[in-house]
This record gives sequence, C-alpha cells and structure tokens, in this order.
Amino acid sequence: MRAAALALLLLLLPAIAGAQTRVFTDSAGRHVTVPAQIGRVYAAGPPASVLVFALAPDKLIGWTGPFRAAERPFVPERYADLPTLGRLTGRGNTANVEVVMAAKPDVIIDYGSINPTYVSLADRVQEQTGIPYILIDGSFEQMEHAIELIGDLLGVANQAGELWEYADATLRAVDVARADQTPPRVYYARGPNGLQTGLAGSINVESIERAGAVNVAASLGKGGLAQVSMEQVLAWNPEVIVTIDPNFYDSVQRDPLWQGVAAVRAKRIYLSPSVPFGWVDFPPSVNRLIGLHWLSWVLYPDRRPGDMPSIVRDFFTRFYHRTPEDLQIADLLRGSGLTP
Amino acid sequence: MKHRAHALELLLPLVALALMALVAFTVGKFPLAWDDVLRLFWAKLTGTPHALPASTETVVFGIRGPRIAGAILVGAALSAAGAAYQGLFRNPLVSPDILGVSSGAALGAILGIFLSLPVLAIQGFAFCGGIVAVALVYLIGSAIRGHDRLLVLVLAGVVLGSLFGAGVALLKYLADPYNQLPAITFWLLGSLAGANGADIRSAWAPMLIGLVPLYLLRWRMNVMSLGEEEAQALGVNTRQTRLAIVGAATLMTATAVAMTGVIGWIGLLIPHVARLVVGPDFTRLLPVAMLIGAAFLLAVDTLARTLTVIEIPLGVLTAFVGTPVFIWLLAATRRGWT
Repeated sequence: MRAAALALLLLLLPAIAGAQTRVFTDSAGRHVTVPAQIGRVYAAGPPASVLVFALAPDKLIGWTGPFRAAERPFVPERYADLPTLGRLTGRGNTANVEVVMAAKPDVIIDYGSINPTYVSLADRVQEQTGIPYILIDGSFEQMEHAIELIGDLLGVANQAGELWEYADATLRAVDVARADQTPPRVYYARGPNGLQTGLAGSINVESIERAGAVNVAASLGKGGLAQVSMEQVLAWNPEVIVTIDPNFYDSVQRDPLWQGVAAVRAKRIYLSPSVPFGWVDFPPSVNRLIGLHWLSWVLYPDRRPGDMPSIVRDFFTRFYHRTPEDLQIADLLRGSGLTP
Repeated sequence: MKHRAHALELLLPLVALALMALVAFTVGKFPLAWDDVLRLFWAKLTGTPHALPASTETVVFGIRGPRIAGAILVGAALSAAGAAYQGLFRNPLVSPDILGVSSGAALGAILGIFLSLPVLAIQGFAFCGGIVAVALVYLIGSAIRGHDRLLVLVLAGVVLGSLFGAGVALLKYLADPYNQLPAITFWLLGSLAGANGADIRSAWAPMLIGLVPLYLLRWRMNVMSLGEEEAQALGVNTRQTRLAIVGAATLMTATAVAMTGVIGWIGLLIPHVARLVVGPDFTRLLPVAMLIGAAFLLAVDTLARTLTVIEIPLGVLTAFVGTPVFIWLLAATRRGWT
C-alpha cells in the first residue's frame, strides 16, 4: 500500500512540476522554458508593448517610455499610469537590467525583426537574469501569427482570437478597397523639412505598400530611411503625400516650392495621426491596423468603405480598451487632413 | 607685374567657381535639358518671355539656385573662418570648431529637434547655440589668468566642446528612436538638401557682417600670426584684435552650421590648399581661401546630389574627399608652415 502510494507520488511528481512550466518555441526557433501561468510581462520595446497591451493589458508591468500629454487620453488611466521601465532591445537600451529584474516579470517579450544580433542579445539577457526571453517575428505578414503566438503564451486565446479576426478582416477590407484601382503614387515624408523618406522595403513604408500604393521612393532601390532632394520630389511629382511630421504638414501648404508637387496643389497631403501610438509608421505593431483603414480612406476617396469615426471607435475600444469621445475622434481625423 | 600675378591667383579660382556653378545649374535629379537651363537664363537676362514649363523655373531658381548659393556661402564662410583661426592660433591643425561653435550649434539644433520644433526654430537654436558656446569659452578663457592666453582659450574650447558633445549624446539617447533619432542623425551629417531661398536671404547678411572685420583686420592678422609678444611690440592691441576675429569667425560659422548642419573638413583643409597657392600672407590668403572653399563645397554638394540615387551627407563626402587630400598635403609640404 505504502509502496503503491510512493510509486504514485513518483509518477505524479514530473506532472506537478510540468504543470508549472512548459517549453515555448519562439519565432527564432529558441526553446524557452516559461511558467505555465504568466501573470507579469515586461515588453522589451515599443512594438512589444503595444501588442501585449492589446492582448493582455493587465499582464503588462510597465512601458518603455512615458506617455506624452496628447497620448494619455486614449489609454485607460490605470494602464497609462504603469511605470516607465525603459527599452531593452538592440535598438539602444535605456533599461537597467536590475530595474527590470526588480519588476519581477515572468517573461520578457521582444517583438520585431529576428536576426543573429537580437537572438544573441535575448540569450544573454536570459542567461544573466534567469527570466525567459521570447522573440516574436514583427514583420507585417506575420502579424496575425504573432497575435496567435502571444495569445497562446499568455493564455489569452479568446482575446487573441478576436484580434486575429479583426486583423484578418482589416487586411481583407484593404484588399477590397484597392482592388482594380490604379495604385496611387505616394511620397512618404518625414523629418522637419519633409525630405527624408523610406526606400523600398523599409519598415516605415510597409503600411503604405500594403494599402496598395506605389511608394515613389521605391524607384531608388531597397533600403531604410534616406535623405532626398526637393528636386527629386518634384521629379516624382507624387499624387499623395503622407507625412508623420506635424511641422512639415503645417509648413508645406504655405511653401511655394512644394506648390510644384501635384499632391500639394490637389491638397492631397495627409498627416498620419500618432496617438496613442503611430498609425502608419512606428512602432511597427498592431497599431498599424488602424493606419491601414486610415490609408485606404486617404488613398481611395471614391471608395471610402464604412464610416471612419466608427472604425476608429471600434479599433480603439478593442485594442486600447477605452472608447474615445466623438469629439476626440473628429479632432483626430480633421487634424490628419480627412474631413469625416 | 606683381599686381598682375595677384589678379591671376584670384581670377583662376573665380573662373573655376563660375564653371562649377554652371555645371551645378544644369545637372540634377529633375530631368532638365542643359540648353533649356541656358535658354531660361538668357530669357531672364534679356527680359524676353520663354515658352518653358513653369517647373523649369521652379527647379532652376527655386531649388538649384538657393542650393548653389548656399554651397558658395557656406564654403566661403567656413574657409574664411578656418584661415583666420589658423593664423590667430598659429596652429595648422585648428578648424573653425576649435572654440566649440559647431558642438554648441549641434546641441542647439538637436534640442530643437528633440522638442519637435519647426525648421526655422531649429535653425535659430543652432545659431544661438553656436554663439553662446563661443561666448562661454571666451569668458572662461579670459577669466583664467597666469597661463598662456591662447592655450587656455583652446583648452576651454576643447573641454566645453566635449561637454556640448555629451549633451548631444544625452539628447540622442533620450530622443524617440523611431521619429527623432533619424532626424538628429541626418542633421549631424550636414546637408544642403533643404536649402531654400529664405535660408539664403537670412544667411548672407550675418556672413557679410562677419567678413568685414576679417577683411579690415587683414594686416593685423599677419602681425598676430607672429606671436602675441611680437604683435604687442609692434603696437597691436592683441586683446581687441583677437576678440574681433573670434567674434567674426564665430558669426560666419554659426550661420553656416545653422543652415547646413555640421560639415567638417572645409574649415581645416581649404586654408591649407590656399596657403600652398598664395603663401601665408593673410591679405592674399583670405580671398583665395574663400573662393577655393566655395568652389570645393559646390563641387562636393553637386556630387552629393547626383552621384547616387539618394543624397550623400556632406559631412561624409567632404571627409572622404578631404582626408586623402589632407594626407597628401602633409606629405608634400616640406616648407615651414608660417
């Protein structure tokens, strides 16, 4: 009898231990032992913060940077008030490893490009702190997969399923909007004088390309951000300008030189909203889904599926857990150059 | 005979500059036929109407014109400031940055970018940052007594320059890595891509004001380069002269850096080239250095905007061109420096 009980206990022991941890395979193919129940997540960079915030806001233990005054009203206060812990990625660390450890995360999640540098950084931090470090592929095509992965990791499959469906529906809606339309020629402007742009394949223009537009700077080849000349912009003569710089947006309409650009003359220049997270550009995370809706409104004025204020209200409620006021939405859209 | 030789040494770089400007006007990313550009000039000169599209006029007078003017102004200003400083500090390795003007301007501009201010404010911050930096260096340098005055001034410039550099590094660290950091990086590399008519209209006056004292004090500059005691023995008020030259050079450099961002090498390299051509006499050195500097930066900027599909930062290209020339100069000049 006693021997049987001991045998049973011995049999159960691995099962009990197994209930507490499991092995998770991340996007880099690393096998990481993580707690079965994850309650506290440290997101290593802004893209991961947005993704975890959308999926499981109560598990997020802090942000990588403080919210600006314009961003705060769109995030519930209890989340906006979470502490600032800094970034811990290869893109410039501001976090102190001890601060991260003191916050006692069960897991560290980084969402972005996967390459040997980031893999080795993840391994180092994991070894140093003993905290499991998960890498999730942040490329645009993998967004739905990333939602699924994090949903599984954090045990929030329901929320992940809803957001996955939303992402899928958004991509399909964009495909409908762009179908059999001549792709508009778009110049993506950034920097105070609007002469910095993203080359083909740059992460900054992914949304614009996904929305079906032709990035005029793609003719220069592949690359990241680059400086171009005013003359080059005039030669491209884009139909639409999308910018993320409010100063440039304010000055371009008064600038006589820019009047030579078709987009400016036709008043088809738009400022991507940036609250609470950027809409078309950075951080490259699920926040870009609302940017896709906005871009299909900007790019295909004859189609304009649905009604934009409702789309914004719905997206913010689902992903940012706070329903914005009608006035806030109207201000956002008007500020971006759209008249709803 | 001598006068004719002097006229020639001015005429040659002037012709080179004019040819360079002509080339710069006819090449660029916007497809324009070179004879259309010449036809436009002819029409403007004679006041006759032309049948060219409006975009031709915009590109030639709105984009290439200001950019060419900017390259000429900045190249001349940095070379003049460099020539003055190398004489004043009696050191061939001195550049206009030695008293912290560039690092102060960089700190100002980057603070402007950090605060997401419009371009005009960023330029204003850069200009003021450069002036304030040199004023601080000068105050500290004059307050400390009992050492070699010039040495203390240069040391104060180096120390404060590295302090401003640390401020720049701190702002880069704190800046938003996605939106602000690229803008800061682009600014620190220097470019004339954004130069427009308004920039030129606000830059030429301070540069001219800075040039006037350098020109008026050209004889005293020669005396100053003999050394402080010798200059005093010859009846020169070294303190006043030094202050005037530092003030003038700072005004020119700060204006240039505010317009283009940080551009190295010109202020260090061009005075040496000019010295090889005309010798150390400042009265001849100053105009020749300015002309060569203007032609050099115009050539580099024309390369920067035509060589590859994207713009090459001027700070990068001047160094790539400047370094081999500088090493060659060091190896080739056997004669004494002064």
